[in-house]
Amino acid sequence: MGKLLRLNMTDRTATLQDLPDKYRYLGGRGLTSTLVHDEVDPLCHPLGPNNKLVLAPGIVTGTSAPTSARISAGAKSPLTGGIKESNAGSAFAPAVADLGIRAIVVEGQPQEKGWWLAYVTWDGNAPKVEFLPADEYAGQDLYDVFPRLFERFGKVSIAGIGVAGEFLYANSGLCYEDQSGRPARYSGRGGLGAVMGSKGLKFIVVDRKGAPGVPLADKELFEQGRKKLTDALMTHDITKPKGALNTYGTAVLINIMNEAGGLPTRNFASGRFEGAARISGEALFEGNKERLGRELYNHACSPGCIIRCSNTWHRPDGTEHVSCQEYESVWALGANCGIDSLDVTGELIRLCNAYGLDTIEMGCTLAVAMEGGLLNFGDGQKAIELMHEIGKGTPVGRILGSGTATAARVLGVTRAPVVKGQSMPAYEPRAVKGIGMVYATGPMGADHTQGYTIAPEILGVSGKVDQFDRDKAALARGFLEATAFIDSTGHCLFIAFAILDIASGFEGLVEECNGVLGTHWTMEDVGRIGKEILTRERAFNRAAGLTAEHDRMPEFMKLEKLPPHNVVWDVSDMALDSVWEGY
Amino acid sequence: MITVQVKLFATLRRYRPGLKMGQVLAVELPAGATVGQLIRELGLPEEEVRMVFVNGLVRERDHPLADGDEVGIFPPVGGGE
Repeated sequence: MGKLLRLNMTDRTATLQDLPDKYRYLGGRGLTSTLVHDEVDPLCHPLGPNNKLVLAPGIVTGTSAPTSARISAGAKSPLTGGIKESNAGSAFAPAVADLGIRAIVVEGQPQEKGWWLAYVTWDGNAPKVEFLPADEYAGQDLYDVFPRLFERFGKVSIAGIGVAGEFLYANSGLCYEDQSGRPARYSGRGGLGAVMGSKGLKFIVVDRKGAPGVPLADKELFEQGRKKLTDALMTHDITKPKGALNTYGTAVLINIMNEAGGLPTRNFASGRFEGAARISGEALFEGNKERLGRELYNHACSPGCIIRCSNTWHRPDGTEHVSCQEYESVWALGANCGIDSLDVTGELIRLCNAYGLDTIEMGCTLAVAMEGGLLNFGDGQKAIELMHEIGKGTPVGRILGSGTATAARVLGVTRAPVVKGQSMPAYEPRAVKGIGMVYATGPMGADHTQGYTIAPEILGVSGKVDQFDRDKAALARGFLEATAFIDSTGHCLFIAFAILDIASGFEGLVEECNGVLGTHWTMEDVGRIGKEILTRERAFNRAAGLTAEHDRMPEFMKLEKLPPHNVVWDVSDMALDSVWEGY
Repeated sequence: MITVQVKLFATLRRYRPGLKMGQVLAVELPAGATVGQLIRELGLPEEEVRMVFVNGLVRERDHPLADGDEVGIFPPVGGGE
């Protein structure tokens, strides 16, 4: 029987509870969102004692299922004021799963100041928790802190916050270690770092040594599913070894979005960036090749991944600069800021990792600061200086750490590319209507990962649809529902590229889940389960005061024509509301 | 004859050895040539071409090209985080 581990930070006590029966078939996002829905007052202050931070590995996390080491983090978001789920790939996820813990719930709030870490180990029969003082790690660069934690605790996994979380910035992520122990994998979105920081918790350190691992209800069925999904991932052009993701990383999308006229540039003023080729996935590959004297293929961000899309970037002398130059990060801190140098985006990403910031929110905030006159578009050196102000907590730093919407308000910038207070990712909604409908209506605020309609709209995966077509409510709904399910399995969303095109891979996914849980789900259950999760998330948001009027695009997108296609946001509000038809 | 400006992305560059990243190829075609004819003219394996953009719009193989068109050709790519 799985357990819920509650960490009460009011008095620093840990409680191990049998997983209530009603949660037995939930994992990942399904479990975090259900626990937040059931236990958190939607009207609570996100940084007060009544919010809870929930961390849950997915249903198949900890098994040999491929590319399944995802941890979901959930809470009421200090950025959006609604429910938030943000997942990441890290060894932290299977470490928690192996201990038999289905979710960690961080609750309460201490009266006194000070920082703590929760040290979770296996005592032979059950998980054991010790609370240890962590003041010695506060106020510091996570690139310095993570090695000290590994030196002290040995081979462990870490979930924690940087100074951004300590300062309670609305832009602050939860940071986990990658396969080389770098502080580089993030539940970046929605300010979850501040929720952890508000509870005086700096790190959760997990040692899985001796832990029993994840039990399988039907080993044969699980193996059958695992094999089908693995075959799909190994043969699909996007996910196979030395395929597009393994060779060029996610930044392979820079050029294609630029061609499509949908790469937001200089704070969403254009859909084309003249410097796109210089910050593309191809440029990363060529740049590393030139600097290292050999071809460098990408690595896995977490154990058991066969897609392996995570990269490293190297300095001119061949030494490692940073991991990882992801598409979203390179776009946000590159094209969206008018910056065309991978050395500059690399440094800005490194600083986000060092301080504990979400790269998407950060890039959008810097772009708004550029428009607001704090610095010029393209000024990488000044951007780096401002990042250090954020790290130090100066007044300007605190404003920029508060996220794009707040910075825009302070600086008088009307072009604030946000929905529900969260900044948009790297796809221009005026040029790609379906993803805009997902940004507008999704319960997470502007977020591409909750319904990646870019697959059919731009990439020709799962069919092809016209990027400008406005009749996409059903498309958006289908993607939102399927994604809520995938986010619950513990698989990386990138398996979708393969399983949307290869039906046996999708079957394999469902069989894996049945093999772990002993359920009899069919393909038809995927949409139903996704719908149940979304229904709870939407109920939480409604009770928190987020209604259909918040499912809207920023006004400037309806007024300003986006080059090169010269299009405005022209999807009607009625069409947006129809995304939730049947809910 | 018409001339179109072509960019090959990601793995497709390997079919034109020596082609630099971001380099534009000027390709001459008979008037009325289609996207499909361009792909054959370039010697690209049909199955490795996933998306073709002509002046920023996705076009199918039967789309007729015009003089001066800008064409971007991609193999299957994906990503997003």
